[in-house]
Parts: sequence; C-alpha cells; structure tokens
Amino acid sequence: MNREAGFRSREERLRDLLTQGLAGDDAAYRVFLTELSAHLRAFLRRRLARLPDEVEDLVQESLLAIHNLRHTYEADQPLSAWVQAIARYKLVDLLRRRAAHEMLNDPLDEEMELFSTADSDAAEARRDLNKLLADLPDRFRLPIVHTKLEGLSVKEAADVSGMSESAIKIGVHRGLKALAAKIRGAL
Amino acid sequence: MKTDDLITMLVTGAGAVEAPPAAQRYALAIGWGAAGASLLMLLVLQVRHDLAQALLLPMFWVKVGFVTSLAVGSLFAALRLSRPGAVIDRVPIALGLPVLGIWAIAAFTLIDAEPLERSRLFFGDTWKSCPLLIAMLSVPVFAAVLHTMKDLAPTRPRLAGFAAGLLSGSVAAVIYCLHCPEMGAPFIGFWYLLGTLIPAGVGAVLGNSILRW
Repeated sequence: MNREAGFRSREERLRDLLTQGLAGDDAAYRVFLTELSAHLRAFLRRRLARLPDEVEDLVQESLLAIHNLRHTYEADQPLSAWVQAIARYKLVDLLRRRAAHEMLNDPLDEEMELFSTADSDAAEARRDLNKLLADLPDRFRLPIVHTKLEGLSVKEAADVSGMSESAIKIGVHRGLKALAAKIRGAL
Repeated sequence: MKTDDLITMLVTGAGAVEAPPAAQRYALAIGWGAAGASLLMLLVLQVRHDLAQALLLPMFWVKVGFVTSLAVGSLFAALRLSRPGAVIDRVPIALGLPVLGIWAIAAFTLIDAEPLERSRLFFGDTWKSCPLLIAMLSVPVFAAVLHTMKDLAPTRPRLAGFAAGLLSGSVAAVIYCLHCPEMGAPFIGFWYLLGTLIPAGVGAVLGNSILRW
C-alpha cells in the first residue's frame, strides 16, 4: 500500500469513528480519540523537537479542544484538515504564550535542561489536569467529577449533587471549556 | 492525569452532540441582532418620510442590493472562518465583488455627472453622521454574532473578528437604508462602506483577544 492510500484509509476510518461518536456511540468515540492521540503525538513531536517536555501537555490540550469543539466538524470536510487546524492553532498559541512569558521572565529552562529531559519522562504530562480540575468552581467541578470521572448518569449526578439535570449538562459543557481556559492561563 | 485517563474522562457520558449547525446559529444571531437594530432605528432615527416613493426608485434597490450582498459575503466569510481547516480562498471574492460593483456604478455616476454636481454626489447631506449611525446600529448584531462565533472555533481570530464586524455593519446598513435619504452611488460606495468598516475594525481588534480558545 502506498503512502497516499494509507492516508486515505486512515482518514476514512477516523472519520467514520468520529461520525459514530457524534451520533452517540461512546465506544467508537473512545477508539477515535485513542487513535487520534497517537497521530497528534507524532505530529506535535516533530514540530516541538526543541521542547520535548511540552509534547504530551499539548496532546492533552489538543484532545480537550477537539472534544469541546467537536460540534464544529461537518461531514463534508476532510477530517485531517479539521484536526490539523486545531492542533496547529494550539501549537502556535503555545509558542506565542511562551514567547510572551519569556519576555517577562528569565528562561530558567535552559539551565535546568540537562537534568529535566530524561527519556522515561517523555510520555508523562507535566501539567496535572486533576489539579486544574480541582480549582474549578463547584458548578463546573461537581458535574465533571460525577458524570465523567465517577461515571454516574446525568440523573444520578443531579441527585448526588443537588443540582438540576440541566445544570449538570451545562456544567459539564462549560466546565470542560473552563478547564481549557485554565490550561491556557496556567503557563 | 495521563492521556489515557483524559480520554476516558472525555468519553464517559459524552453521548450524541445536539448542537445545531453553525449556519443555524448565525441565522438566529442575525435575526435577534437585526430586530434590536430595527428597534434602535425606530426609536432613535425614524423611517424616512418618503419611503413609499423611494421604494419605486432603482437607486434605492441598488443601495439595498449592495449592503445585502456585502452581508451575504461576510456571512460566508464568518461561517468559513469559524470552522477549523475550512477553505477560505473564496472569501476575498465574496467580499470584493459587492464593493467593486458599487464602485463601478459610482464611477459611472461621477463621470456622467456635471463637474459641479460631483462633490454633492459624494458628500450628500449626511456624510458626517452616516458612518457613525451605521456603526451604532451594528452594535446588537455585533454582540450576537461575536457571541455565536465564540462558541465555534476560529483559528484566525483577527480575521474572524473582522468578518463578524463586517457582517454586523452590513446588516445594520440594510436597516439604515430605511432611514437614510441619500441616493448617490458615490456616497454609498464610500460612506456606507466606511460605516461597515468601523465595526469590522473593532471586531479585528477584539477578536484577537476574546476569540482565542
């Protein structure tokens, strides 16, 4: 199989998985995100050769963005173009924020570089999303913890937290967006 | 949190996506915004008293046609710019054609006119207020469209903000046509366009900060 045909078949496979996921098939959606994360990792690692520690954080940030923005994918568009535009946007955004950050702060990174880049760390995210999640206000945190970490249904989460079912749904949706905003602010 | 755990978190309870398509959201935003702008126009400016006669003049429809096609062009631009990876190479054409059209008519009008009439065709009676009034009327649509765009995913925030502003300005200009007494193509090709470019400029500046995600 040549390179072009391999690309086409992966594009079709991932697009089918996403379409099923958007229609409510969570199992297909999991396969989609898992396979996509491998592609994202390779894509970002090639482009962040000098910042290997940032790769996994950016993979996670891109996955969260893709999840939050999955309603903007329309089936008439190549999936690869959509995913790449999101990943590239997040990459440029990271470099932009780092540049602004380094203008104001001495880059300590360079002095510590030697000891902080061991190979076994490469696949570990430096930023802990659990900590950022814990900092979210309750109206966002509780819906996410109950429905997405503990796996309760919307109704069960509403009973446990004393919130209404619609507040749970909105809380999950807005909470994941707030989490993405926190990531951007946490550099 | 490991990436696999993040994926598990995102997948758990994800369910079907119920969000309406972007075109539908923009239609709703423009509808509400235009209603607000119309109300503003009725309260602050009033409808021109000779509207019934004006409706019979071709120039009135040239004016409405120009701002409507600019609105359609900028809606197309806004739709494309709020979806990651969408092709935007036809956006300049969609925005440029209406402008070139009105400029062609304006040039023809100016060449055709007596030399002494030309400055009147360009300045009309209301050149001082026209761009500012269009900018004022654009505020409701501007707010509604930007709010919609924020929920989508513009990967070029500055350009997307510009398109949102131009969309709000041109929708406001359509409504302003019901008040405005000016009928000269040179006037419309410059002062109306300037009026739509004010919110577009504001949109480009604001977009660069509030449309980031």
